[in-house]
Amino acid sequence: MEPRSGSLKRWGVRLLIGLMVAASVRCVSAQERPVAFIGARVIPIQGEPIDSGILLIQGGKIQAIGGSNSVVIPPGVERRDLHGKVVMPGLVDTHSHIGLATSGSNERSGPLNPEMRALDAVDIRDPALQRARAGGITTVNIMPGSGTLMGGQTIYLKLRQGRTIDDLLLRTSSGRVAGGLKMANGTNPQGDPPFPGTRAKAAALVRERFVAAQAYRDKLAKAGADGDKAPARDLGLESLAEVLAGDRVVHHHTHRHDDIMTVLRLQKEFGFRLVLHHVSEGYKVAQEIAAAKVPCSVIIVDSPGGKLEARDMDWKTAGVLERAGVLVGFHTDDPVTDSRLLLRSAGLAVRAGMSRNGALQAVTLAGARMLDLEKNVGTLEVGKDADFLILSGDPLSVYTHVEETWVEGTRVFDRSDPKDALLATGGVGAGNPRAAVLCCFGNGGDQ
Amino acid sequence: MFRAIAMEVVGGLLISGALTAQVAVRGDRIYTLTGPPITNGVVLIQGGKIESVGASASVTIPSNYKVLTARVVTPGLVDAHSTVGVSGILNQKQDQDQLDKSAPIQPELRAVDSYNSLDPLVAWVRNLGVTTVHTGHAPGALISGQTLVVKTWPQNLEQAMLVPESTFACTIGPDALSAAKDKAPATIAKAIAMLRSELVKAVDYQKKLAKTDPEKRPARDLHLESLVRALEGKQPMLFTVQRHQEILAVLRLAREFGFKVILDGVADAPLVLKEIQESGFPVILHPTMTRPSAENENASMATAAKLQAAGILFGLQSGYEAYVPKTRVVLFEGAIAAGNGLTFEQALAAITLNPARILGISDRVGSLAPGKDADLALYDGDPFEYTTHCVGTLVSGVVVSEEVK
Repeated sequence: MEPRSGSLKRWGVRLLIGLMVAASVRCVSAQERPVAFIGARVIPIQGEPIDSGILLIQGGKIQAIGGSNSVVIPPGVERRDLHGKVVMPGLVDTHSHIGLATSGSNERSGPLNPEMRALDAVDIRDPALQRARAGGITTVNIMPGSGTLMGGQTIYLKLRQGRTIDDLLLRTSSGRVAGGLKMANGTNPQGDPPFPGTRAKAAALVRERFVAAQAYRDKLAKAGADGDKAPARDLGLESLAEVLAGDRVVHHHTHRHDDIMTVLRLQKEFGFRLVLHHVSEGYKVAQEIAAAKVPCSVIIVDSPGGKLEARDMDWKTAGVLERAGVLVGFHTDDPVTDSRLLLRSAGLAVRAGMSRNGALQAVTLAGARMLDLEKNVGTLEVGKDADFLILSGDPLSVYTHVEETWVEGTRVFDRSDPKDALLATGGVGAGNPRAAVLCCFGNGGDQ
Repeated sequence: MFRAIAMEVVGGLLISGALTAQVAVRGDRIYTLTGPPITNGVVLIQGGKIESVGASASVTIPSNYKVLTARVVTPGLVDAHSTVGVSGILNQKQDQDQLDKSAPIQPELRAVDSYNSLDPLVAWVRNLGVTTVHTGHAPGALISGQTLVVKTWPQNLEQAMLVPESTFACTIGPDALSAAKDKAPATIAKAIAMLRSELVKAVDYQKKLAKTDPEKRPARDLHLESLVRALEGKQPMLFTVQRHQEILAVLRLAREFGFKVILDGVADAPLVLKEIQESGFPVILHPTMTRPSAENENASMATAAKLQAAGILFGLQSGYEAYVPKTRVVLFEGAIAAGNGLTFEQALAAITLNPARILGISDRVGSLAPGKDADLALYDGDPFEYTTHCVGTLVSGVVVSEEVK
């Protein structure tokens, strides 16, 4: 087995760096003391699983990972015996609506809302967030709904325990709050004017807005440092300018094969970076998606239908896309599927032909890539964030429970704690008193 | 092994026309539900019925029998409460027949008059091992209509039917309240009062029907005569009810009028477990993966284990879904219960024999024993594991699915 850590000396250097990084990032509770997790089957995602592996963490980072013959545990380090358990990276949910139940996620006053921010709407004390931790989710992309063509700016969160949303934020290299732009086509954003009544109208509205964003971007560039020549600030176009610059990824809800092709056409015209979401009929246009080199975040639901455009949903999509060479991830779309059951989606995809490795990668590294977070998230590698799960067994078994969820070296879910166990199974006090908002049954998004 | 099974099942389809087909199903493990599982067993089938079940050593397979093989064989699954065939896959007006909101109390409506055996969701659940569904009106009216119990094959409803008028689907809860403030019921207390008033009328009608002089008997009234069947205990009232106070309200109603109840949903069951236990009524629990929100906010994956421990007869359901998934699959709901406190065999009983008992059809379905309908589900591993496939479904001895799903 390949050693995954450097020598003890190098480990010391990394430890120092780790502490510096930890100090520079806003941490709710910096994990200063090193901890070694010993004896579990470790699935690092990058590289082969390690039987009886060692995971050493400190300062919220992974300091070492490997077999017992390759990792030296320094004296005085706290040891956790995990024989019989499985350790894997924390899960990345690329598309969720947790925390939005009481704020609403579909602004049906108009079809294009790129200025809206999930940042201003997520209730981080919603029990749905702790249910997500119970399901092993450590990183999540919380999105506005699909009831409009442009739903607004999404937000990538680390599910740290925190008091306010600021404690959970991630930032891009340029310092802005990390997140993408939610877009949707198909039937959900349709409706009476000002909403599009047809698919062609939907695409035209989106193209017009992107053309406006191009002009806005060009004016800004032309004005340069001369503030007098700059156009008046437009929050929506500003957000779309980030999209055009490749600095903000478009997360696009789309189901039907023709709708998928429309998104790819728009992407080609405007050159934005793109992740396709749901992709219920992705298996019908897998070659085209692969040729466009666009990643897909797939939803797995228990049966097809519920609306016309999901009639041909098939569990095989993920496997077909995988074999076509597409980067495949999964999402809960919580509350459409439950945050506690993201691993189940991976299991059902394997049932329908996806590789086991591909399915495990889909809920970790692939998701991290879709959110531009793969430098810190998605695998168990030295220097990455100590986001990991302790499982009672095979990640893809219905009998397996997430026993602990750790984010940046801090345990955020512990099934042995009755309060956490309650969130994991459900029960009095674990749910939301308000009805789940399921976009967009019936008439295009008012539910 | 996988391919071999698929081939054999295809072979099985060739004989699927005739109900008199003779089939032998071999299983590495056969769960009969009437006794301990049989390792390396055989089920012999003739004329749509089970001839015998036993260890292969004790059963001789006649040479003219078609042989199917699977790792695990279970009774065909029985979905304790569903809306498939009534609430269709497309969720468009033309395929949604699960709820009539024109009046709050309509026991005279029959799901049998609206069931579409060709809806793709019927095939969807059939291909995963479901052979019997208790389906019909969705929750959402005080009394929304009469449910039916039907096999998922054949497509001819008259042939597939087990119980044409099974239960009265009733709802007590926010779903069954009127959205308009000036239209009753707007509150739970009014809902119960309306039900009581209607049942009082039915009691009166029942008395008049009993008059010896035919001239003095009332004219036939479909609405009231339906309720009379409930009062006489001929058809149970299936109450979809989630919250503890509303569960108690239903039990109070049952004591007052003496009808039989099947409690359905009961997200708050753990809060009133003793009362449910003492009532003796069976439970059809909410889907284990139901969304914990609104009146379901206390739903738990572990409630099934609590019902089991309390000795309450219960089954699991796919329930009604307004959006996606358009139907849940009772196999998967059982799986989550097995992962959260039920033993494998208890969870399997909750989607086979228990619902058959609750629905009064256990003489025909829900277990594997001589004389029972030859309804079987075949799997290539533990049926509850996410990665296992259903490799065949038999209804009345006919191989109705060849899909590896």
